[in-house]
Amino acid sequence: MRGHLILRVVSKILIPFLLLFALYVQFHGDFGPGGGFQAGVIVAAAFVLYALIFGLRATQKIISPALLEVAVPLGVLIYAGVGVYTWLMGGNFLDYNMIDSHDPSHGQHLGVLLVEAGVLLTVSSTMLLIFYTFAGRGR
Amino acid sequence: MEGLNELAFVLGGVNHWITVFLIMAGLYIIVSRSNMIKKLVGLSIFQTSVYLLYVSPGKIIGGTAPIIIANAPDQMYSNPLPHVLILTAIVVGVATLALGLALVVRINEAYGSIEEDEVYSGEDWN
Amino acid sequence: MLDQLPAIIIAVPLIAAAVCAIIRNETICWLIALVVAFVSFVGSATMLGQVQQYGEDISYKLGGWAPPAGIEYKVDLLAGYVLVLVSLIATAVLIYGRQSVKVEIKKSMQGWYYTMYLLCMCGLLGIVITGDAFNAFVFMEISSLSMYTLIALGKDRRAVAAAYQYLILGTIGATMYVIGVGLLFTLTGTLNLADLAVRLGPMLDTPAAIAGMAFIIVGLSLKIALFPLHLWLPNAYAFAPSAVTAFLAATATKVSIYLLMRYLYTVFGFGFAIEQTPIPEVVMVLSLLAIFAGSFTAIFQENVKRMLAYSSVAQIGYITLGIALANATGLTGSLVHIFNHAVMKGALFMLVGGIAMQIGTVRLSDMAGAGKAMPLTMFGFVLGGFSMLGVPGTVGFVSKWYLAMGALENGWWWVVALLMLSSLLVLVYMGRVIEVAFFRERPADAVPLKEAPKSMIMTAWVFILACVYLGFDTSFTVGVAEQAVNVLLGGAQ
Repeated sequence: MRGHLILRVVSKILIPFLLLFALYVQFHGDFGPGGGFQAGVIVAAAFVLYALIFGLRATQKIISPALLEVAVPLGVLIYAGVGVYTWLMGGNFLDYNMIDSHDPSHGQHLGVLLVEAGVLLTVSSTMLLIFYTFAGRGR
Repeated sequence: MEGLNELAFVLGGVNHWITVFLIMAGLYIIVSRSNMIKKLVGLSIFQTSVYLLYVSPGKIIGGTAPIIIANAPDQMYSNPLPHVLILTAIVVGVATLALGLALVVRINEAYGSIEEDEVYSGEDWN
Repeated sequence: MLDQLPAIIIAVPLIAAAVCAIIRNETICWLIALVVAFVSFVGSATMLGQVQQYGEDISYKLGGWAPPAGIEYKVDLLAGYVLVLVSLIATAVLIYGRQSVKVEIKKSMQGWYYTMYLLCMCGLLGIVITGDAFNAFVFMEISSLSMYTLIALGKDRRAVAAAYQYLILGTIGATMYVIGVGLLFTLTGTLNLADLAVRLGPMLDTPAAIAGMAFIIVGLSLKIALFPLHLWLPNAYAFAPSAVTAFLAATATKVSIYLLMRYLYTVFGFGFAIEQTPIPEVVMVLSLLAIFAGSFTAIFQENVKRMLAYSSVAQIGYITLGIALANATGLTGSLVHIFNHAVMKGALFMLVGGIAMQIGTVRLSDMAGAGKAMPLTMFGFVLGGFSMLGVPGTVGFVSKWYLAMGALENGWWWVVALLMLSSLLVLVYMGRVIEVAFFRERPADAVPLKEAPKSMIMTAWVFILACVYLGFDTSFTVGVAEQAVNVLLGGAQ
């Protein structure tokens, strides 16, 4: 696709907005439809678009498959880490009320934020990794 | 009146009719196609029926998102639980599809074909 | 700490799986997996002990949300019994499997193998412990997806094709289950199993409830591999890596059987599902067909792993037969057989894994004369065969005894006769292996054989000895099973 000037210019303009939109969806999850799953897929879509236009190799230079293979379990660990933290604070697994000792609703807020961050990391890297695996096969 | 009731039955349950259609269409594709990718497409359609089955009864016409609004505490809202469940089911569906496609890629590399009858009949399974 | 046990046995394997996925070093991953599996085993056993001691179910609110809105983890006697079984087998297969994994799975994949193994264990334990219908589906898919991956790791190219077959059928099963749950959820507005049972009570005979029940039972039957829905099982068992086969055969189907029992006896209830629907009759006919078709097909298998897989189809028939008998004795037999079959089939698959490692194939014709070269392995196989046959003094006898007594209680003497007859078929197919291994000379040009590595033989023999020990001392299996049956039938009597 190197010759297609319009595609390259348009996608270069689009990709930052895609990532921005992903962040919006991620952080708007508290008040409306949104959250880690959706945001993760949008992040991955931005990179897939980049890979379609500029090639797989160029994308893998930005985010290498090895990095993604670490990012997938890391997201799970962030999620589970919140649960372990609530254990340490004396609550049940993933009982967000325990995170903030002064105000349980702050704890809920922070808990969901952290958990969704983990979800974002895992979902986006899984999606991208799936794309890498299929696109890179047979070369 | 009789005819009107029947019409209400057909139209009122339109989401269920579509669900049933998706279940049957998905299963039919899985059974009738020998191409492994097409089978996975059928499987995906079959799973999609579940999404509709769960989400459609949760929607209340005129209902809003289930968030407490300070000056309108009695606001009617849609049940949020089905959406959360189906989000999980969609993720499961994606994972299944990705794994299935990965297996088909491996099968293609090992057998040189993704037609089920060629893969299974050409092999001694004992 | 103790009150957190239900979450610990689920969350720790999950965390460990993620850690293994980052580390990916074979030795470290194996150690982590072993420690975690053992922790799960100790946790499960402690919980079972607690439930037995205080006579009170353990209920755990995940995330602090109270049921029925929140997800509840619930351990009663039945759940504790299956949890102990799954975690015990998982630990043993880890000890057993290390050498065979080193041989059978590519070096770069070994770290991933343990990741998937832990995920699978987490999923299986989760299905048992959760008190939430949808959560059970999620755990079912966690365990199934990792199981497909584990099967596809097999050396043979047929492993991938078998995994694909299992993926299609397994997903259909799980989706049917979730459709059924969806219908019940639309009807009652709850997903908590206990709450579902209460709210379903007055509307059990509505079409939606019956349709939901049908979907759930058919979906779970696919997962159980109840005849004639067993088509995925033989290939999956035959071509998976040896350690995976031992784990899969001993746990995966058992957990689905547990879930089916839960639905039939507690959610839909004895009074409806058993007494007012033809389910017991249908399940009984299918179980008997499974016993005979499975055993009969096993006789003609040339691949020993495939032969044992068909025998598993038959053994599952014995377990579901107990469900169909629907009296306390038959159900006890069924529950005892879940444990016993896991122990003896686990042991047999472990021994066959050792043979596969030494000979390189599991074809019957290549095993000629193996009795002389691998006496420990083949002698264990003989004892395991006795147990499958139901010789008195082995576990196989105990469960068949209870099943036969249960059938007599219902006045179905012909079922007892068929049970006896089916043992003859077991004699034929196990006898074939023993004949080839002991009474045929090893061809002169064949590679010289020696015993499999100690760790493999030892673990398998611990299970073989357990087959004999549990055949005499039934206080654990039968004792717990009888109490667990009371839990199942509690609502009815």
